[in-house]
Amino acid sequence: MHDSPDPGDRRDAVCVVGAGASGLAAVKNLRELGFQVDCYERETAVGGAWNWRHDRSPMYAGTHLISSRPLTEFPDFPMPDSWPDYPHHSQVLSYLERYSAHFGLGEHIWFGMEVVSAVPLEAGGWEVTTRSIGGGSSRTSRYAALVVANGHNWDPRRPSIPGEFRGRVLHASAYKDPSLLRGRKVLVIGGGNTGCDIAVEAAQQAGQVWHSTRRGYWYAPKYLLGRPADQVNDRLLRWRLPLPARQWLYRRAVRLTTGDLTRFGLPEPDHQPYESHPIVNSQLPYYLGHGRITPVPDVTSFDGPEVELADGRRIEPDLVITATGYRPRFEFLDPGLLDADEHGRPDLHLHTFARKNPTLAVIGLVQPDAGVFPLAHWQSVAAARWLRLRQTDPARAAEVQRTESAKPLASWSRRRVVKTERHWFEVDHVDYLRSLESLLNEMEPVA
Amino acid sequence: MTAFDLLRFRDWTDPVPPAAREVVSLPPDEERGRPPVLFVPGHRHGAAVFAEHWLPRTAGRGFPAHALTPRPGGDLRARAHDVVQTAAGLPRQTVLVGHGTGAAAVAQALGRYPARAAVLVAPVLGGWRRTVPPRPVGAPPVLVVGSPDDRVVAGKALDRAAAGYGEAPLMFPGMGHDMMLEDSWAEPIDAILDWLEKLVR
Repeated sequence: MHDSPDPGDRRDAVCVVGAGASGLAAVKNLRELGFQVDCYERETAVGGAWNWRHDRSPMYAGTHLISSRPLTEFPDFPMPDSWPDYPHHSQVLSYLERYSAHFGLGEHIWFGMEVVSAVPLEAGGWEVTTRSIGGGSSRTSRYAALVVANGHNWDPRRPSIPGEFRGRVLHASAYKDPSLLRGRKVLVIGGGNTGCDIAVEAAQQAGQVWHSTRRGYWYAPKYLLGRPADQVNDRLLRWRLPLPARQWLYRRAVRLTTGDLTRFGLPEPDHQPYESHPIVNSQLPYYLGHGRITPVPDVTSFDGPEVELADGRRIEPDLVITATGYRPRFEFLDPGLLDADEHGRPDLHLHTFARKNPTLAVIGLVQPDAGVFPLAHWQSVAAARWLRLRQTDPARAAEVQRTESAKPLASWSRRRVVKTERHWFEVDHVDYLRSLESLLNEMEPVA
Repeated sequence: MTAFDLLRFRDWTDPVPPAAREVVSLPPDEERGRPPVLFVPGHRHGAAVFAEHWLPRTAGRGFPAHALTPRPGGDLRARAHDVVQTAAGLPRQTVLVGHGTGAAAVAQALGRYPARAAVLVAPVLGGWRRTVPPRPVGAPPVLVVGSPDDRVVAGKALDRAAAGYGEAPLMFPGMGHDMMLEDSWAEPIDAILDWLEKLVR
């Protein structure tokens, strides 16, 4: 094979966007199958969201995992078993740095380079334009396939609250250190895991804390029967208990641990357990019981120094933290490639494979009831094997595509969830992995 | 269980508890960018069984050399866990070398950790229960080494072990089961290191 005359033509190489956890898993698994890989990372280090130095990282000083170690680590590179059940974010970063070094991924990553556009070519393959973050020149290269792992927890979703507020309003992404809360009157908006975590930190630091949530949720403790709660939950999944039975057990378990939070003024959940993203927080009920957190309903407007609530009450916080989540963003791609609707919600097979372009995959765009890393690992294994199959056996690849595209959404996507943007990518890790497993088995060479 | 093993309920709900693991390490005589090699003894031995001859020889040929004593009294799952934990803790993708029942722990570990390569020396796989080892992740090259005069592992078992990885065993006639302790200890380890050098060139 002679060298291609055009240095921008990377032939069979695959372009990976991002070197966070999902991007690293993609680089490793593509390399493992023998692909040439160029990974572009806008920061100067790996770790993506888990690297607190990165300006797009949502980490704050006290961030800990909410899924336990065995359900969080990559399946082929365990975290040290001497680590705690729920490691700190700095440990997760060191883990990702070790993963990158262990598999020699750094030499395939272009740091400080941003992908500004990726356009599919008529003849197949992709034209990818990258630009140096330092304001350098841009460069265009051609790749056989594009694997997108740019993360979906970095573009803050800010609530639109009418009126002017005289105090300080901060999105949770900009909250870094509990010293900010010391002695202040703090309103935390948002009932997700971040909102609950920050409400608890505020309860420990602030003078007064209000926690505004739109609905009641199911608050699971981090420990149940002396074990990390997700490990106990997976026992029920292992026994293949039907959902109604699991919901009944869940309600019993919450009754016996967290207890009835409506006593403290929280609303009843308007949905069954497992129909919203799990909230894992043992300390929220504790501080509610101490009167350190005052639950309040939705915020309807700002009015100078005051905040008006849905029940007509008015409160006067001096700091408002909006833990209202993030929206997915793929600025370098035509939204049509991801079959995105008018709200920007992509429609991908298994949240991974583009429906119209066989050489486009997205890794890590899932919200499981477990850690994302194992899912990102198997997604990238499937993407790598899919790209390989297209090269080695196009006829079988076409057949796999036919079988797969006939599979209903419900087989791998959480069927009943609260209809909010928060739950776009909600999956049950066990059902989801079963679907990926069947895809992987379909792609196996016929023995 | 399929070829891929995505659903690991046992590891998720009942993880192997941590334990103290002894690791003996020798840095390479000169740094040539070669992968680390981790030796795993059978359960009658500890890391010391490799410390005398095979470890210095490996380091002398430019490979960072390590030997592990898995937790005492651990079952196969716990010993495989100890192998994976130790390998994942090393700075680069590691070559696993298991001897005797240590080869069974390595064969299990290969289903969990994408080793750079693996060597099964006089492997005692599964014994009377004949557990079929999992498919290695990352498809590493696997070498089976043995002796027709080994009184612990029959020639048939060696053939079977090697065939499981699509290879024929490399034989050293005249040697007993504990190859690393015999007078002619250098022959098998040199052959193993020659094979590794070809791989990582």
